[in-house]
Amino acid sequence: MQRFEFVARFARNRGALVGACLILFVALMAVFASVFFPTDPLRIVGLPELWPGEDPEFPLGTDSLGRDILSMIVHGARATLLIGLFASAVATIIGVGVGATAGYFGGWVDEIAMRVAELFQTIPNLIFVLTIVVILGSTLTNIVIAIGIVSWTPIARMTRAEFLSLRDREFVQACRSMGMSDLRIIVSEILPNALPPVIVLSSLVVAGAILFESAVSFLGLGDPNVASWGRLVGDGRQLIRSSWYICAIPGIAIMITVLCLNLVGDGLNDALNPKLRDR
Amino acid sequence: MSLLSLRDVRVQFNTAGGVVRAVNGVSLDLAVGETLGLVGESGCGKSTLGKAIMKLVPVAGGEILVEGVDIAPLNREQLTDMRRKVQMIFQDPYGSLNPRSTVGRSVAQPMVLAGWKPEATAERVETLLRWVGLPSDAKQRYPHEFSGGQRQRIGIARALALSPKLIICDEPVSALDVSVRAQVINLLEDLKSQFGVSYLFISHDLSVVEHIADRVAVMYLGMLFEVGGRDQIWKSPQHPYTRALLAAAPIANPKLARARQRTVLQGELPSPLNPPPGCPFNSRCPMAQDRCRVEKPVLRPVGNGAQAACHFV
Repeated sequence: MQRFEFVARFARNRGALVGACLILFVALMAVFASVFFPTDPLRIVGLPELWPGEDPEFPLGTDSLGRDILSMIVHGARATLLIGLFASAVATIIGVGVGATAGYFGGWVDEIAMRVAELFQTIPNLIFVLTIVVILGSTLTNIVIAIGIVSWTPIARMTRAEFLSLRDREFVQACRSMGMSDLRIIVSEILPNALPPVIVLSSLVVAGAILFESAVSFLGLGDPNVASWGRLVGDGRQLIRSSWYICAIPGIAIMITVLCLNLVGDGLNDALNPKLRDR
Repeated sequence: MSLLSLRDVRVQFNTAGGVVRAVNGVSLDLAVGETLGLVGESGCGKSTLGKAIMKLVPVAGGEILVEGVDIAPLNREQLTDMRRKVQMIFQDPYGSLNPRSTVGRSVAQPMVLAGWKPEATAERVETLLRWVGLPSDAKQRYPHEFSGGQRQRIGIARALALSPKLIICDEPVSALDVSVRAQVINLLEDLKSQFGVSYLFISHDLSVVEHIADRVAVMYLGMLFEVGGRDQIWKSPQHPYTRALLAAAPIANPKLARARQRTVLQGELPSPLNPPPGCPFNSRCPMAQDRCRVEKPVLRPVGNGAQAACHFV
């Protein structure tokens, strides 16, 4: 019942609905990539630098080595989405953990946690990601961890703010007066109430993570074994004056996906925010 | 042995403006089966005292004895036994239930924490909801589907869960409509006669306290001014503050209301950050003398089992 209402509220926001549909499309593309294109997308299949439409066999053309761009885009969706989701998951776990502890306990715990968060915020994000990737090495896991480490601060701040406003509510006091442990109060009582705005933020972190990964790959620090969209843009950059479509096509894919994730985030915000209900 | 004994209990908060002594040396006894009304203006520390008994706020000094055991030095595990004996009903029925938990889950929490089996817990929840007059299908529903009075009943069911001996009622009806107040008060009285539970009934509503309490304690700026039987206090209040408080309560009969002598208090409650020296009431008291500005009065017997803290009674 409640769930149905939520879907209806979400669907009322047209942009969010379109965004969700396109994300779903990209996700399906990622899941069924090897069904549509069973061969290795990094294999050379035709003449190099075929423009989109030039050869009907390669609707989006081929790159400088003669690889099918459409196949690479479809396969790249998998890597790109996975990186976005896992990086967001890492950021959410760190952010919620730090924010919940800081907000619930307050005092010096809060003070230390927030100073650490500020420390992370003062370092320019992209440079921070690149530094971590260079130190740890260019593997998919390391890139995910690096993006998670730079993206947790807004989530921590949001969680902390929610916890600050919830921790002195009477239902929490009631739990304390029953002798419930702090951990249980945090996880099973306060967190479910604090989560909606955090979910919104996490969905936006997915979009941010895709952009970070693209930037890292574009600069040539991406995982060489993974054909993400960012790497496709990076690979095409030498030919950007003559065959700009090699960069532009994966770039458009990134742009649309990030835009859709932002639309979905906005839609979730409207649907989950009780103050905006019935407006 | 009294069920609850407070001995010189102190609660203080460190704020940016200095130390607030919210409860400043309160001593009080509550017998088994008794309802003690704790009255006072907003900000006098009555809710803080209730929370101190539940260990929701840190106690700065004094002893809180539940059936003779001081609870102040106990840790969370050692408090389990005390939690079973003492429970609390909160003021705001809209805030005291987790909006994302079903009513059944909220009411079941005390049993779950006490380690009951799921079947026994479910059975107990049914019983509790029946006792407080809610349909048993209430347990699958969420708090927002209920009215304020119904939610307060849910809070009462939760407080009753482990058959406590004492329930601290922190303004349990002040957030409710007048029309449902009586229902909740009657429910509390029924439960008392059924289970012999005692109440520490914190309220600023004198008519409610007059109705429900056996004894009454009057609090002002963190200290008790007068303690005595309800009739004793209503018929012959000794402390000038109690007199002023009772005179401020509205009377339904306009003829009686016009006829009575009223001493209206001047000014506001002094800031607890900077209470006046001596008797904290001296800035507003019609009887204040020089002595009141220097010496702090203590509770002493004034006859009929009542006690008052004033130099001139």
